[in-house]
Amino acid sequence: MDINVLTWLVPAFPLVAFFLIILFTNRSNRVSHTVALIGAGLSWLACMVIFVQALAAKDLAKTPFGSAISWLPTGDTALKIGVQVDPLTTVTLFFVAWTVLMIFIYSVAYHNYGAPKGDNDHPGLPPHGATEKAKGSGKKSGGGKVHMVPSVEPMYSRFFALISLFAFAMFTLVVSDNLLTLYVGWEIMGFCSYILIGFWYAKPSARDAAVKAFLTTRLGDVFMLLGLAALYSVTGSLSYNVIFANPNLLMASSGILGMSKGGLIGLLLFMGVIGKSAQFPLHVWLPDAMEGPTPVSAMIHAATMVSAGIYLALRFFPLASLGWVSGGPLTATMTVMAVIGTFTAIFAASIALGQNDIKRVLAYSTISQLGFMIAALGVGAYVAAAFHLVAHAFFKALLFLGSGSVIHGVEHGALHTGEHVDPQDMFNLGGLREKMPVTFWTFLIGGFALSGFPIITAGFWSKDSILADAFNNGQYVVFGVLALAALLTAFYTMRQITLTFLGQARTKSAEHARENRWVMLLPLVVLAVFAVGFGWVGIPATFPLLGGLAPNWFGSFVGSMLSAGAPAEGNSLVPLLTSLVVSLGGLYIGWLVYRDVKTGEPDPFQKAMPGFYKILKNKYYFDEAYAFLFIRPARWISETFSYQWIDKGVIDGILHFFARAAWVIGSVFRSGIDTPVINGAGDALSSGTRGLGGVLRRAQTGRIQQYMIIAVLLVVVVGAIFYSFLALVP
Amino acid sequence: MIPLYWFLAFSIALFCIGLFGVLARKNAVAMLMGIELMLNAVNINLIAFWRYFFASSPQMDPTRPLAFVAIVFVAAAAEAAVGLALIISVYRRRQTVVAEDMNLLKG
Amino acid sequence: MILQIFFIIIAVVTLVSAIFVVTARRLMHSALWLVLALFGVAVVFAFLEASFFAVVQVLVYIGAIAILIIFAVMLTRGIMDEKGPQLNRGWWVSGVASAALFAGLLAALGTWAGFQTGPGTAPDPAILPQFGVDLVDPNKFAIPFEVASILLLAALVGAIYIAADKKGGKG
Repeated sequence: MDINVLTWLVPAFPLVAFFLIILFTNRSNRVSHTVALIGAGLSWLACMVIFVQALAAKDLAKTPFGSAISWLPTGDTALKIGVQVDPLTTVTLFFVAWTVLMIFIYSVAYHNYGAPKGDNDHPGLPPHGATEKAKGSGKKSGGGKVHMVPSVEPMYSRFFALISLFAFAMFTLVVSDNLLTLYVGWEIMGFCSYILIGFWYAKPSARDAAVKAFLTTRLGDVFMLLGLAALYSVTGSLSYNVIFANPNLLMASSGILGMSKGGLIGLLLFMGVIGKSAQFPLHVWLPDAMEGPTPVSAMIHAATMVSAGIYLALRFFPLASLGWVSGGPLTATMTVMAVIGTFTAIFAASIALGQNDIKRVLAYSTISQLGFMIAALGVGAYVAAAFHLVAHAFFKALLFLGSGSVIHGVEHGALHTGEHVDPQDMFNLGGLREKMPVTFWTFLIGGFALSGFPIITAGFWSKDSILADAFNNGQYVVFGVLALAALLTAFYTMRQITLTFLGQARTKSAEHARENRWVMLLPLVVLAVFAVGFGWVGIPATFPLLGGLAPNWFGSFVGSMLSAGAPAEGNSLVPLLTSLVVSLGGLYIGWLVYRDVKTGEPDPFQKAMPGFYKILKNKYYFDEAYAFLFIRPARWISETFSYQWIDKGVIDGILHFFARAAWVIGSVFRSGIDTPVINGAGDALSSGTRGLGGVLRRAQTGRIQQYMIIAVLLVVVVGAIFYSFLALVP
Repeated sequence: MIPLYWFLAFSIALFCIGLFGVLARKNAVAMLMGIELMLNAVNINLIAFWRYFFASSPQMDPTRPLAFVAIVFVAAAAEAAVGLALIISVYRRRQTVVAEDMNLLKG
Repeated sequence: MILQIFFIIIAVVTLVSAIFVVTARRLMHSALWLVLALFGVAVVFAFLEASFFAVVQVLVYIGAIAILIIFAVMLTRGIMDEKGPQLNRGWWVSGVASAALFAGLLAALGTWAGFQTGPGTAPDPAILPQFGVDLVDPNKFAIPFEVASILLLAALVGAIYIAADKKGGKG
């Protein structure tokens, strides 16, 4: 099949699945997930075909696959939209297709397909289990005893419809060849994140989290739209090939802060990235987004949404780096990116130290890793940022799905024992290594990849390349801070693994946890393979011993996107040694500190530095600060100013005034004109007639003699008149 | 030889006396007597004119005014009868013959 | 000459009795004065050589109508106070009206040309039988004659009905 048609079809399959599920198959769980899986599977297949063909193509960056159609007529020309496959698109499609498919398969088991309907389950709330009578002599149930088992999610079909829509949006964003359809996909993802974070809509915390996510990313999107508008007005188009074709247009000064036009546009687009990829200061939505089901967290925070932000940053890197040459001073936009990225990396990593919820640790870890990628872009390490993006997608998706597996297994234990514990709190877990071995090993691989365990994990190669590029370009501050953040990353990762899997079980639920079924474990294994093996396609040539053994395929493939060439490759061993030290050292310290935590004991960190721990636990009080600085004034404006003063006071006041004026005028008319004049005229006519009648009545005495007298007198008078004046009598 | 106007003046006077009786008397029967006087005055008038102009006129049938007079007689008689019957009927009902009291038509 | 005096005497008698008719205090006197006045009118008819009508006057008016009036007087007697005033309250207005009418008519009569006409030739006595024949001649006065008879019939029936005593009356 023609590759262009295939590219158009990639987003189409999940979209069709979405509509089919919404319109037709909503009732049946089995048909719904089959439709969704077929949709995701077909997209995966198409992506693999495109990937293979793209590998075989020559000089893909200069002559990408793609086709465009004229869509919106604008005078003589038309706005064109279309698809494009260049190296960046290729690698992005690769990881998106794999992670999306794995998450879809995982969701079937996560939402307990095949389980009985819950006792008190309502759509809108998470399923709470069903009582089941054990049949015969079950080992666990003690023969005939009733116990609780997990129940199927009531809104099963809806979930699959929504993640299909999400997949459609991401694919649209990735394959589009212009910023307009990218923005369309971007916004649809924003909507899907809202509706999926608030999937269990009956929980108030979920609703609030969904609104928070949507509004925060929206704030970034406003600036992004300004950037798009500016870009269109400067270059007259939004298609990539047109935008980047003529750098001189964009080099002109914009007059704002001495930045070039391209730089300014890049900054505005970067603000959209800050929102979508949860960088400081718009990071507050991502931890709260853990309210959604775990597959959603995996999708949003690993595979798709936050990756979309970095993808956009990679796309507009030529704008941001206008006028920069490798080794030279950074442009203003790049400086902003580097500062924010670096700060976010260390900031989020420190907060992760004080979190007890499994998923929250991973959420802050995501924020921190995204900061790494942004910082990499900020110092000009394009290839390193792309490399880390792909690697991060794999191992972070693996970690999220693994945490979901842990939660699922412990929940089963909780239902079994009837204990009411939060399965997400790591201090309620422990010793899960024996109970859930597959989960343990895959989670370990993912955690090591995150920490940058040398050689055998993809994370090592990607993180090392970032640190190396930072160091080799002379950005020592960035290098140092990122190294520190890497140390913290390793520390909290080992903390997480130790508390969850090693040692002794701290609660009865953890004791009775059970491994999940293969449908849930298969995606974990597949992603673990990638987490291990992916790094080996990007080994830099200057690496001691191993460098040169395998070609740096990734570097050359993706590096061809850059017209300015790759950043300098230095030979110093300092970055390598630093990354080895921080990752191994962090892992070891984390294991040391947390291996002996018993039931009910507080966090050793808290014992050591209680004040600092409290600040970290409360996320540096940022949510409270934002509430005070922004939410309360906004509330005041809407409730008091707009509603009370303007709406009720001014507008209603005007209306009331008009009403009263009309009433006064009406009553004046009534009392002044209507009643006296018009009624009065009528009444006067009637009473006048009656009075006149009363007066004239007196002539009717009923006595005929009086009538005759009058008649005779009249005859005399008339006769006299006739006789004297008319001479009637001759 | 009596000129015509003597008869006419006589009949006018009789008529006016009768009129006065009709207008001024309380008793209804007395009113009727006045009406009889008036009718008689009319008859005198008619016959006077017949005698002086038409009794021997060649153009017109000389008996024609006499027919008129005859009819007046008849009418007077009929009217007197009915009128008195009415008065008697009213007298039976209301026990009064005072014309002023018969004022049911009062408006 | 003689005739004139005679006429004046008769006219005065008639007028005086007419005045007594309308001013008599007692109703029976008034009725009797009416008889006298009617008699005087009959004499005036005779003056005018309408002998038939003089007789008819006596027969019909005096013999029937005046008697009828006397009957009515007697049937309705006893209610009015016969000593009280016989004229109603506004009698002077009536007097003024009558006098005005009299004066007006006389004045109008005075301008008429035929005022002074003399009696002319006497009528043929054969008029009277001729009159009788004409009364039943369909080309002449048969129709008025019949209408008059119907009028009398209607008056007759009506008077009987009106004056009937409802308890045991006409039936």
